[in-house]
Amino acid sequence: MQTHQYDVVIVGAGGAGMRAALESSSRARTAVISKLYPTRSHTGAAQGGMCAALANVEEDNWEWHTFDTVKGGDYLVDQDAAEVMAKEAIDAVLDLEKMGLPFNRTPEGKIDQRRFGGHTRDHGKAPVRRSCYAADRTGHMILQTLYQQCVKQDVEFFNEFYVLDVVLTHDLTRGPVPADEQVAVSGVVAYELATGEIHVFRAKAVVFATGGAGKIYKTTSNAHTLTGDGMAVALRRGIPLEDMEFFQFHPTGLAGLGILLSEAARGEGGILRNSEGERFMERYAPTIKDLAPRDMVARAMANEVREGRGCGPNKDYVLLDLTHLEPAHIDAKLPDITEFARTYLGVEPYTEPVPVYPTAHYAMGGIPTTIDGEVLRTNTDVVAGLYAAGEVACVSVHGSNRLGTNSLLDINVFGKRAGIAAAAYATTAPLHEMPEDASAPIVGYIERLRDHAAGERIADIRRDLQETMDRNAQVFRTAASLEAARDDIVELKKRYRSASVQDKGRRYNTDLMEGIELGFLLDLAEIVVAGALAREESRGGHFREDFPTRDDERFMLHTMAYLRPDDSPGGSRVDLDYKPVTVTRYQPMERKY
Amino acid sequence: MTAVAENSTSAAETKAGEIPSFDVTLRIRRLDPDRSDEPFWEEFTVTAHATDRVLDAMHKVKWEVDGSLTFRRSCAHGICGSDAMRINGRNRLACKTLLKDLDPSKPIVIEPIKGLPVLKDLVVDMEPFFASYREVMPFLITGGNAPTAERRQSPEERARYDDTTKCILCAACTSSCPVFWTDGQYFGPAAIVNAHRFIFDSRDEGAAQRLEILNDKEGVWRCRTTFNCSEACPRGIEVTKAIQEVKRAMITRAF
Repeated sequence: MQTHQYDVVIVGAGGAGMRAALESSSRARTAVISKLYPTRSHTGAAQGGMCAALANVEEDNWEWHTFDTVKGGDYLVDQDAAEVMAKEAIDAVLDLEKMGLPFNRTPEGKIDQRRFGGHTRDHGKAPVRRSCYAADRTGHMILQTLYQQCVKQDVEFFNEFYVLDVVLTHDLTRGPVPADEQVAVSGVVAYELATGEIHVFRAKAVVFATGGAGKIYKTTSNAHTLTGDGMAVALRRGIPLEDMEFFQFHPTGLAGLGILLSEAARGEGGILRNSEGERFMERYAPTIKDLAPRDMVARAMANEVREGRGCGPNKDYVLLDLTHLEPAHIDAKLPDITEFARTYLGVEPYTEPVPVYPTAHYAMGGIPTTIDGEVLRTNTDVVAGLYAAGEVACVSVHGSNRLGTNSLLDINVFGKRAGIAAAAYATTAPLHEMPEDASAPIVGYIERLRDHAAGERIADIRRDLQETMDRNAQVFRTAASLEAARDDIVELKKRYRSASVQDKGRRYNTDLMEGIELGFLLDLAEIVVAGALAREESRGGHFREDFPTRDDERFMLHTMAYLRPDDSPGGSRVDLDYKPVTVTRYQPMERKY
Repeated sequence: MTAVAENSTSAAETKAGEIPSFDVTLRIRRLDPDRSDEPFWEEFTVTAHATDRVLDAMHKVKWEVDGSLTFRRSCAHGICGSDAMRINGRNRLACKTLLKDLDPSKPIVIEPIKGLPVLKDLVVDMEPFFASYREVMPFLITGGNAPTAERRQSPEERARYDDTTKCILCAACTSSCPVFWTDGQYFGPAAIVNAHRFIFDSRDEGAAQRLEILNDKEGVWRCRTTFNCSEACPRGIEVTKAIQEVKRAMITRAF
């Protein structure tokens, strides 16, 4: 075992982690710990753009962007946070340009902007060109640009180190500690993939930026490595997760595969059609049609399929039609996604419509934070020195449904804020004592999983989890489907306790890594389902067929879910609490487009 | 929806609209450093579909046959650059190579990329690769005061370096280069591509410094124009052309 000491430790090296590192490393001694090489992070898979009211190509302002974000999130957005994000969006884009990001340009040489779902002029009057972009590789360019700046600043990375635990001064797992006691972070425990060695990082401040958890589902746009590690690590230490029942299904995943085709395809003029060739979004969102927010489009697509208007031999997808666009336009604006259609489905988008179906894409929920990224351990109290930013966090700027492009914005705005706040805190805060045996729980966990003689395969349990989540907790949900998922997860957790990995080695034991990841996925799926079952309404990405309308009386509230140990061996239960939504200027209205 | 990659349906059960399955053999070069320093070959036969990626077949081996088979992967659609490997003698991404584009009647030969130390099975040490990348100053260098708004750049100026912005640092190009195999000190195509990306960016003022670095005896002049790198690039970057442009800029000082 090795012990390291830093002022600030950042966990995760995607967009949020590296944006935080650029701020923190110039102010305090900083280490970035990442399960992957930084350039492998899933920020790189984001395509369409990053919205900011630059007004480079038409009239726009950040207040309209704030409104769209609040309405898009079906009023579960904390409006103070959305205002911060929309205001700071402009500098966030300009910061990236100054770092060298190769944005597409207008003829005058300014950053070009294009349309995106749910982004409108003057409170919903018409689509607006707000998304700043680099072809359909905006996330790739952001990830590369931030990594380039990290190289320039000589940021210290621990690559292929997997953080498995966060150490706090208090045990929060049994319930809240007295309000007058300060709970603080003292570090993290990591597993070095190359050697199997355990590393303890003592730190004054820790920033979680580990991304999402799409792998609780089978059909997903997410990378294999997006297993909700940071969320689950916090959860297991008694920190709540907020609004986890809200999971975004991106409308246009490649049918059968889930690979993302950017909303930019529709921003550039692409049209969704059913088996009758009908542009069905005209019925669901008469004003902005195919550019309605993702939850509405995904539901409309699933509904078309359910009512028998799906395409293909099994009538189980719809079509994204780009054939009316000029091939040169497609090549200039959508080169990567058209290549995905060619490579993986053998479809030529110039001449053939592309089969698409919703794919699990983004966790609106996550570790609750303030607008400075401080992690909340109750509705009001923070863990001193602990921060989170990006998809792992819930600020909440996305409410119950995130607008396209707002995730690349979120990681830049709140990654920067968390990096600044963590470094500022670390310059005055003490290094908290860490017990000698801080790594013992994780060492025990790893050894059980690795040394267990023979047990069920990790992959079999993971497949069953993903299948029950796809079947029971996807676009359409009911009490019955969610209860089925809940019961399945209880059984899967039992099976997991006697599972084992085949690779018993120390070096690059990715079999063991997948075993640990599955444990995280099971905990998170349990939280998603518990929140969804209790939320007897339909809002944003959470649609209950048995409660098909929004219920502001009962549920204009954030879910705060805690995982508590219970009396059964290795068992746990989910405790749900609720937190008010911050409303500043926009009272909830019916959501029509 | 089901992910076809994770289903195995025998041909007899194939329903309308399903893709027929067949058996495919993967012949994989392995190394288990916990046991021995000697690499060895192992064959696995799994059921797969023509539309499956090589990565899907490898996952079937790992998830159903031998959990110790070790390789890096993440996004599984050619964007993250984790899974470059040598497949039937050519560098490719396992997630971007479909079985139907290979000949599945013969074993598919899978080896780690060449020229970097093998750590376990298909996992190589990427540090020397990233060290070369870091040496070319792969970041925008500007002087004077930054403008309040964005720096202006015309669409034509933006197009000048577009091709080399696509690089995902997968190392397929560098590890396909015969010069790199024999001389690990050579910067390699990927580092030069990333230098090109800034040398030809109208906003950048560091071209002279980068050209100085690449004028080194381990720099661009080692390139023998074998085009392996251009063929290997999973992003379709014209790597050899980019290297030629850097060479020309070095002579003409025009960039």
